[in-house]
Amino acid sequence: MTAPMFLESRTRHIRATWAKRCDKTLYMSSVSSAFPTVGLNVSEGRENLYWKTIEAFRYIHKHHMDDADWFLKADDDTFLVVENLRYLLSKFDKEKPLYMGKRYSPFVNQGYMSGGAGYVISKEALRRFVKGFETGECTHFSSIEDMALGKCMETMKVEAADTRDIKGRERFNPYPPELLMTRQLTRSRPWFLSYDTYETQAGPNCCSDFVVSFHYIKPEQLYVLHYLTYHLRAYGYKYRFNPDEQNPKKLQI
Amino acid sequence: MLSEGSSFMKGVFLGGLFCLVLSLLSSFSPSTESGPEDLHHHHHVMAPSKDELTRFSDSRMQELINQVRVSCIIMVQPKLIVYWATAVDTWSKHCDKAVFYTSEPSKALEAVDLNEKDDWARLRKALRHAYETAGDLRWFFIAKATTFAIIENLKYLVLAKDPSQPFYLGSAMKSGELEYVTYDSGIVLSYEALKRLVNVFQDEDKCPERGRALWKLSEDKQLAVCLKYTGVFAENGEDAHGKGLFNSNSVETLIKDSMKDNPNNVVEGCCSDMAVTFNGMSPSQMQVMMFGVYRLRPYGHDHLDSLVFLPPEGSDND
Repeated sequence: MTAPMFLESRTRHIRATWAKRCDKTLYMSSVSSAFPTVGLNVSEGRENLYWKTIEAFRYIHKHHMDDADWFLKADDDTFLVVENLRYLLSKFDKEKPLYMGKRYSPFVNQGYMSGGAGYVISKEALRRFVKGFETGECTHFSSIEDMALGKCMETMKVEAADTRDIKGRERFNPYPPELLMTRQLTRSRPWFLSYDTYETQAGPNCCSDFVVSFHYIKPEQLYVLHYLTYHLRAYGYKYRFNPDEQNPKKLQI
Repeated sequence: MLSEGSSFMKGVFLGGLFCLVLSLLSSFSPSTESGPEDLHHHHHVMAPSKDELTRFSDSRMQELINQVRVSCIIMVQPKLIVYWATAVDTWSKHCDKAVFYTSEPSKALEAVDLNEKDDWARLRKALRHAYETAGDLRWFFIAKATTFAIIENLKYLVLAKDPSQPFYLGSAMKSGELEYVTYDSGIVLSYEALKRLVNVFQDEDKCPERGRALWKLSEDKQLAVCLKYTGVFAENGEDAHGKGLFNSNSVETLIKDSMKDNPNNVVEGCCSDMAVTFNGMSPSQMQVMMFGVYRLRPYGHDHLDSLVFLPPEGSDND
């Protein structure tokens, strides 16, 4: 999701880094352009964000349903590791109505997924979302996009999934790594008073080795994270975390 | 009597001025600092290519892995306590031996207190101590608390090099006629180089403990001067493609530069995949580096490296 004023400063760098690894990428904006962006005929601004999301999913439902099995929504300041998203999704049944991301507990019984950290819905979930607005089961009852979408998912009986790794570490992250990786001796607020559904640790165990996303990532940080993910490494280092080691049959990507 | 006295004073004054000018000229060489563009004039040491390593037999490879053990000499001070603590908690765990040398003691963290305020004298003491307590370690890495290092990549760089030969590596810079390794991005010495250095420390003419010139040379240049007398010269550490492995800047700074210089190829135009050091990163950025270097990776991308380095014991951030 982006806007005309961010194409040069932000979206261009998303395109240069992770966007190319998706099977299909669409840049949603209020105005169509040669970037290319899809013009959704919705004004920019926080109060219109949910309208924009609704129109974006309607557009995809109309024109791109068969282009994919899973549909990811991310912001123009989200960093994403597409291979790790594929790895995660391979564990789920793509025919089911499913909804994944960084899970928050308040307002919606089954929880809702953080918008900035990026969330993914299955094809069936997308069908039900669009249908919900046709039948009136889902409405624009709030402009808080991620929470409102989560409410619609619950109403349409789309299941919110737990996407932590086997060590209980989050894959979708609503903040940059510098904020999450620093060990905190005392938390400003205990985790159960935050929105987090799962108890998350500050420090190295916040996030999975096969992390999917970080949010509030400035353009230079996109390249820094890209370098750290795909280029810089410790030669010969035997990784501690090898989830496939018990199961020798490795998944083909 | 008065006129003789005043001539004498004039003589003293002129003589003093003459000495001042002379020592200024001897200590201050016109520094035309040259950087990476001048690489072809530097001596350089390149990391082995993939092919080179496959030529070694398994037993030879095991010998090389056993030999390439690194002793880290980390120079710290209480005023940089957060960097000090971060070095303890992050990259230094990957050294075979890591010793912290401080200018003054701290109640919070352990270190060898050299009780020496002068930076060059302190470095000398640290190096002598490291040499005397080397045991069977044959490679020495000198860093400040503000440097971040990836020791496995250092080992890869020197894997096939014989430490009983003199090696003095890092980011090689030139200051006039003097080629030296910059301190900020870490200094690597083989056992032989360190041995020669510790020996020349005894020569107060070639390698004085307190610089006699009015303008003191920085420690890294001083080190180069002393080593030069023993026949050891600075070499630039590079990967198999000629990219520098020792960086005096942070990843973010280098990426920002690359965004300006190579806007269509930012990451490839930036830094080596096998980089050994970065400098000027904040403590929380160093924690992110531990994650980025030792854990974060895209599922399904496997590297078939010719050797294995095991994770250190009792560590949770790698």
